[in-house]
Amino acid sequence: MTEKFDVIVVGAGMAGNAAAYTLAKGGLKVLQIERGETPGSKNVQGAILYADALSKIIPDFRNDAPLERHLIEQRVWVTDENSFVGTHYRSEDFNKEPYNRYTIIRVHFDQWFNKKAREAGVLTICETTVTELLIEDGKVVGVRTDRQGGEVRADAVILADGANSRLAVKAGFQKEIKPENVALAVKEIHFLPQEVIEARFNIGEDEGVAIELAGSISAGMMGTGFLYTNKESITLGVGCMVSDFKENKITPYDLLDKMKAHPSIAPLIAGSEMKEYAAHLIPEGGYNAIPKVFGEGWMIAGDAGQFVNGIHREGSNLAMTTGMLAAQTLVELKAAGKPFTASNLAEYKRKLDDSFVMKDLKKYRRMPDIFHKNKQFFTTYPDLISKAVQSIIRVDGMDKKTKEKEIRKSFVASRSIFGLIGDAFKFWRAVE
Amino acid sequence: MHSVVCIKQVPDSAQIRVHPVTNTIMRQGVPAIINPYDLFALEEALRLKDQLGGTVTVITMGPPMAEAALRKCLSFGADDAILISDRAFAGSDTLATSYALSAAIRKIMEDMQVDLIFTGKQTIDGDTAQVGPGIAKRLDYQLLTYVSKVVEVNPQKKEILVERRAEGGVQLLKTSTPCLITMLEGTNEMRFGDLDDLFRAARHELKVWNREQAGIDEAEMVGLKGSPTVVSKVFAPKPRSKRAEMIEVHDGNPKDLAITLLAKVFTQHPKLEQEIAKRAL
Amino acid sequence: MSENAKKPTKKKVELLPQFVNYRHVWVCIESERGEVHPVSWELLGEGRKLANALGVELCGVVICGPGERGKAICGEAFQYGADKCYLLQDDVLTDYRNEPYTKALTDLVNTYQPEILMLGASTLGRDLAGSVATTLGTGLVADCTELVIDTDTRNLASTRPTFGGSLLCTIMTQRHRPQMATVRPRVMAMPEAEAGRNGEIIEVAFSMIETSIITKVLEFIADDTRDKPNLPFADIIVAGGRGMKNQENFRHVWDLARVLGAEVGASRPVVQAGWAELDRQVGQSGKTVRPKLYIAAGISGAIQHRVGMDGADVIIAINIDANAPIFDFAHYGIVGNANTVLPALTEAFRSHLAQMKQTG
Ligand SMILES: Cc1cc2nc3c(=O)[nH]c(=O)nc-3n(C[C@H](O)[C@H](O)[C@H](O)COP(=O)(O)OP(=O)(O)OC[C@H]3O[C@@H](n4cnc5c(N)ncnc54)[C@H](O)[C@@H]3O)c2cc1C
Ligand SMILES: Cc1cc2nc3c(=O)[nH]c(=O)nc-3n(C[C@H](O)[C@H](O)[C@H](O)COP(=O)(O)OP(=O)(O)OC[C@H]3O[C@@H](n4cnc5c(N)ncnc54)[C@H](O)[C@@H]3O)c2cc1C
Ligand SMILES: Nc1ncnc2c1ncn2[C@@H]1O[C@H](COP(=O)(O)O)[C@@H](O)[C@H]1O
Repeated sequence: MTEKFDVIVVGAGMAGNAAAYTLAKGGLKVLQIERGETPGSKNVQGAILYADALSKIIPDFRNDAPLERHLIEQRVWVTDENSFVGTHYRSEDFNKEPYNRYTIIRVHFDQWFNKKAREAGVLTICETTVTELLIEDGKVVGVRTDRQGGEVRADAVILADGANSRLAVKAGFQKEIKPENVALAVKEIHFLPQEVIEARFNIGEDEGVAIELAGSISAGMMGTGFLYTNKESITLGVGCMVSDFKENKITPYDLLDKMKAHPSIAPLIAGSEMKEYAAHLIPEGGYNAIPKVFGEGWMIAGDAGQFVNGIHREGSNLAMTTGMLAAQTLVELKAAGKPFTASNLAEYKRKLDDSFVMKDLKKYRRMPDIFHKNKQFFTTYPDLISKAVQSIIRVDGMDKKTKEKEIRKSFVASRSIFGLIGDAFKFWRAVE
Repeated sequence: MHSVVCIKQVPDSAQIRVHPVTNTIMRQGVPAIINPYDLFALEEALRLKDQLGGTVTVITMGPPMAEAALRKCLSFGADDAILISDRAFAGSDTLATSYALSAAIRKIMEDMQVDLIFTGKQTIDGDTAQVGPGIAKRLDYQLLTYVSKVVEVNPQKKEILVERRAEGGVQLLKTSTPCLITMLEGTNEMRFGDLDDLFRAARHELKVWNREQAGIDEAEMVGLKGSPTVVSKVFAPKPRSKRAEMIEVHDGNPKDLAITLLAKVFTQHPKLEQEIAKRAL
Repeated sequence: MSENAKKPTKKKVELLPQFVNYRHVWVCIESERGEVHPVSWELLGEGRKLANALGVELCGVVICGPGERGKAICGEAFQYGADKCYLLQDDVLTDYRNEPYTKALTDLVNTYQPEILMLGASTLGRDLAGSVATTLGTGLVADCTELVIDTDTRNLASTRPTFGGSLLCTIMTQRHRPQMATVRPRVMAMPEAEAGRNGEIIEVAFSMIETSIITKVLEFIADDTRDKPNLPFADIIVAGGRGMKNQENFRHVWDLARVLGAEVGASRPVVQAGWAELDRQVGQSGKTVRPKLYIAAGISGAIQHRVGMDGADVIIAINIDANAPIFDFAHYGIVGNANTVLPALTEAFRSHLAQMKQTG
């Protein structure tokens, strides 16, 4: 291939599409390479879309983006074997336009996003895998693909190839991702008629509910579950750290099966038909796991750069924002006539530090470590909480004061009073 | 050698669901694919092009989103692609579809002679296997259905030799071009285009023809008006009123299950018992 | 079939004036090298019902070479219910070819004007039906599973699966004649032949000369049928699905089939995995079967499989999942592991048969 591009973007996920779109709008000649049959065909997300990040790239996206439902209610449930304690928060404020969060189906969404990029001038090719970066004199000068005649050159390459970027590892930009820094999530899409979903969740047309689950759902491992309503389907899944799966010898699929059978979940999906099963990695290492994200002629955006806020289940918005910032850096340099050298691309890092991406990740940097070292957050506590609530609700002749005492006793028995205070303190320090 | 390949974008029917209440199709999330049989047709056309040179044009009648299917065909190596798309086509049955496609192919012939037309054996959504024969009759082309192999083409003599699957065997047929071939499955495997093909496909300017551009002057010939067949009802298959009679034994041991089943089946269907005995003894 | 025309259309549509005199039900009797495809008899059985409902005659159309037993075939057609047979015999009709057959059938229709014309959905029938319908400009409904006369309009209401069998639709040809339909082999029941039943043969001359026909048949290579399974006509079928788990286990299916003298059938994933040949696939894209007994082991009962086998007289299903859809339409069900139940069943049949043999 003799044709040369300003930039090659690897991947047509959230980060890749955001980058490619921004680059083309900025007048650069962009080639985007995606290995899936279509953009998004294999991409996995819960999926909640945070409007803010996207509206910075495509302000009027609501006009034609394939959005399933806007969320008006958030539930957080802590489960034990056969019950759950939870909060529901629903507000009419979430029913005011412009809406803040939506459920999406990635296949549709990514195709739409990519179409926007192509309309802006990006040349996207699918069913083509980038096998390695072309590096000459320490500088990235293009990519090699698995197609015949498959080398293409460009002044810069943006790696937006998602979690576990093989390309970055191969090029030596990044070490192999550690099992304790990555979660494996499995999810299914279950088909249900629209009216059934609306009746079951007590919502109107276009309104949606998100449920986050912790507790027995993760079988004592570090992880959580989720369930979101789409237009005519429900997405549900569960994810735990890869290191925990290894240690506990539980398969992700068994975990999901158990979750589906849980008495709090089973009635919500009863009568549905499973449509799609997928498994995917989520980088959960947080701030401390972020590698170097730029160099001579290259930048990394999205999951590939570990930009995920595991605590708040945010990833796609960080991916879009990092993709956009990487692209903006190149657009500015090009306009100023400056080459894409490492020292010039350092501007990308400055932009990141200035954005919510780095600020948020920094705030939660201690979280992963604390959860790893304190399994009681996933094992003992959910059980205790659920028993406590049940004890208070159940009317059985025992006076309330004695009940409270019993509950306090059960907490202290499982974990010393110091332990309890220590846990609370750790938690507070981690998010403070 | 100029071949025209008719392809159709179809919903992956493995993933179609029926709404339990309204009995309508729930298409949400159902991916669109190229009718798998049409890929055999395209590959055969591309092979002939490899051998003899020439041009391959793909054509489809469908909604604007069918463009994706055409681009994919271009990336496999097709040279040109035409989408005929018009609201007037909505509701076309096979007769109207073959009318529209044959009109468009006539339009193509104004620029370049068409030696061969390829279609798939059938589609997986309509499943009729009628569009191919329909096009051939309207263009007065020789019709070769269920072709498993194009054995030889001689462009000078305008002769073609094919193997055709017939009842109980294979016919070796000789005919002259132009002709229309409907390809059987499993005859070849779709190629993987190189990077240049992909670039060309992504950039190719597709031709999109509306009814008039496709050379159809009379609107009554296509769409609902041009379709003699009318769908009067669509419904989900009725579940049998009775569920299976379940055979159970106290500890579920296979031996007892088998014996209980046999006893029950043979008491209720004595003829079946005789039938089995007759064959097995 | 058009997808967009899903709204029910109940208003009566008038027949075009040129078709008002079209009468009688026709079945194209498919013969090649003197052999009649059994689907033709199945169609006569169905055609008889339609003709009775309309109070008209049932006619067969026999097109073949002069060397073939055209008259004898007509005779058989009468036994299966035809009142009349049109017989066309000519040298150019010896091997099936689209061009002369299309002309023969189209001419016949234009002359004698039937209101319904049915063909088997075989390779011959589908090839011919599509060409004839286009030439006549009339409607054709392929692969019908049910044919009835709409009593209000005297129209033929043809029901067929669509979207890979997920849905059924009923289609009518209201303004045109003949109303054409094809039906897959074994979808309709085989009628009983009535010995001694007779009818009228109308021999029709056919004038087309070989030199005017462009396509030539150079050779016919008959299939080697010695080891080929003939599922559509098997009386007993033992079929296995993905639930058998692997090729090794699939032999349990063979073991039972051997004891029963049965054919082995399979679901599509099994064929795709290579545990069984394509000829053994039952269903939408495989064979339609009508056995007296169908044993389904480790088959979920997806609609594409079901449409090929739910005409069986007795269906026994073995599945580990009590909620498997196959139990919704099987007659007998066992919830259990097919890899242990099948061997037990094989043993039970074996000893039962041995016992029967002893007691005579
Ligand atoms: C179960 C689950 C639930 C989640 N829920 C949410 C949620 O609710 N909200 C949220 O904001 N985030 C969520 N996330 C995170 C979110 O999905 C990711 O952060 C986001 O998709 C990252 O985007 P990306 O562009 O970096 O990577 P991806 O979207 O994974 O895109 C990478 C792309 O690169 C392509 N690619 C990879 N390698 C190559 C190669 N060598 N050559 C060519 N192409 C290649 C891939 O095919 C893919 O299209 C969830 C993740 C999971 C797994
Ligand atoms: C256009 C189209 C055409 C098709 N045509 C056909 C066709 O002609 N024929 C066809 O068959 N399919 C066809 N299919 C595929 C069809 O949709 C189904 O996917 C297929 O029939 C499923 O086969 P199965 O029941 O063997 O496998 P599955 O659906 O995977 O079912 C396996 C079953 O085995 C059970 N099981 C698992 N383990 C055991 C055990 N140890 N003991 C007992 N039971 C066990 C499971 O509970 C399950 O019910 C077609 C699909 C499409 C889209
Ligand atoms: N809308 C269409 N556009 C182009 N080709 C079509 C269309 N519909 C059917 N065909 C072709 O005709 C063949 C038979 O289709 P069908 O009669 O629907 O089974 C297909 O395999 C295609 O090659």
